[in-house]
Amino acid sequence: MAALQSTTLDAMKKNSAQLLAQWTNDLETSGATRNLKVQDLQQQTSQFLELIISGLQSGNTQNIAAPGWDDIRQFLEKLSHSRALLGHDSQQTASFIFALKGPLFALLQNHYQDSPALLAEQLLEVSELLDALGLHTIRTFQKSREAVIKRQQEELLELSTPVVKLWDGVLALPMIGTLDSQRTQVVMESLLQRIVDTGSEIAIIDITGVPTVDTLVAQHLLKTVTAIRLMGADCIISGVRPQIAQTIVHLGLDLQGVVTKANLADALKLALTRLGMTISKAV
Amino acid sequence: MERIPILQMGDFLLVTIQVDMHDQLALTLQDDLSERISRTSARGVLIDISALDMVDSFIGRMIGTISGLSKIMDAQTVLVGMQPAVAITLVELGLTLPGVSTALNVERGMKLLQERVREQ
Repeated sequence: MAALQSTTLDAMKKNSAQLLAQWTNDLETSGATRNLKVQDLQQQTSQFLELIISGLQSGNTQNIAAPGWDDIRQFLEKLSHSRALLGHDSQQTASFIFALKGPLFALLQNHYQDSPALLAEQLLEVSELLDALGLHTIRTFQKSREAVIKRQQEELLELSTPVVKLWDGVLALPMIGTLDSQRTQVVMESLLQRIVDTGSEIAIIDITGVPTVDTLVAQHLLKTVTAIRLMGADCIISGVRPQIAQTIVHLGLDLQGVVTKANLADALKLALTRLGMTISKAV
Repeated sequence: MERIPILQMGDFLLVTIQVDMHDQLALTLQDDLSERISRTSARGVLIDISALDMVDSFIGRMIGTISGLSKIMDAQTVLVGMQPAVAITLVELGLTLPGVSTALNVERGMKLLQERVREQ
């Protein structure tokens, strides 16, 4: 493939101010500048143009993974990361680069008016370069977004397992959301630790907020119950909704030796009875 | 040779595991305990594993076996003070120790043991 002509580079250098103005204008009309400060945008566009020219000077236009393009790749990674934090979508982020195509092509057309063959060749070259840079931006943008999602998942996991003390010697764990093995692990650890810390004899696991119970969830529940029993405490499962009871029976799940109650109030009543306490109305 | 002490308290035997269990130690304990139960005709055995913070499948099985053998020799057995990490490990290994009574600490274990013996 033909390399980029040095005249193209010269043309870009010479007309950089004009390019920059048109590019910014295009960006504004396409709406890619939403939520961005004017001076930030100006700084980013001029820095990008400088970097792309210095990258082109390094001579390697085929492969943006080459060392000559280190600066621009870092710049784009930083850019897409900041865009992800601002809540821009991938299209808005990518159009930052693709909007440069218009002004740049116009410039080249003007420059190579007399030689159409050369023009086509140079256009292809520049277009491929910008595409590669744009794809790189999108890839890092996606990565930043995934990092945000992952962090939120972890936070959710920690937030979703509160162990509450209902009575002296009675702990309750209201479960909300789907039970997977990772969550069961966290739930088990925090509940067992609290049992040791407080010396509670009875733990109530409330599954009102668990949307479905399949064989896997039942297995996780049984594991937790067994671990609690091994520690020397008792476990009651409460909040078994009618549909869930039906599912458990239809699946033929064996909740051997596990005490289940329809709601948390019944479970608490049973727990208090086991502790030898009674509740009576004050007359 | 290293041994785990077995203390007698009235009708009950008290086994407290204070060191890291290794396989030979567990086997010795099994022999010693069965021997002591038959000699003292103990009515109950309390095994305290609160200092045990790591188990493998062999030790897990030995805990079950020791509890089971004292039961067969007509001594009620209560396992007390299992650490959360140990409980999770045993469950993950599939060693759920069915039929073994458990309690949170020695005090509650003793109470449970006395109740069981009185019931008989």
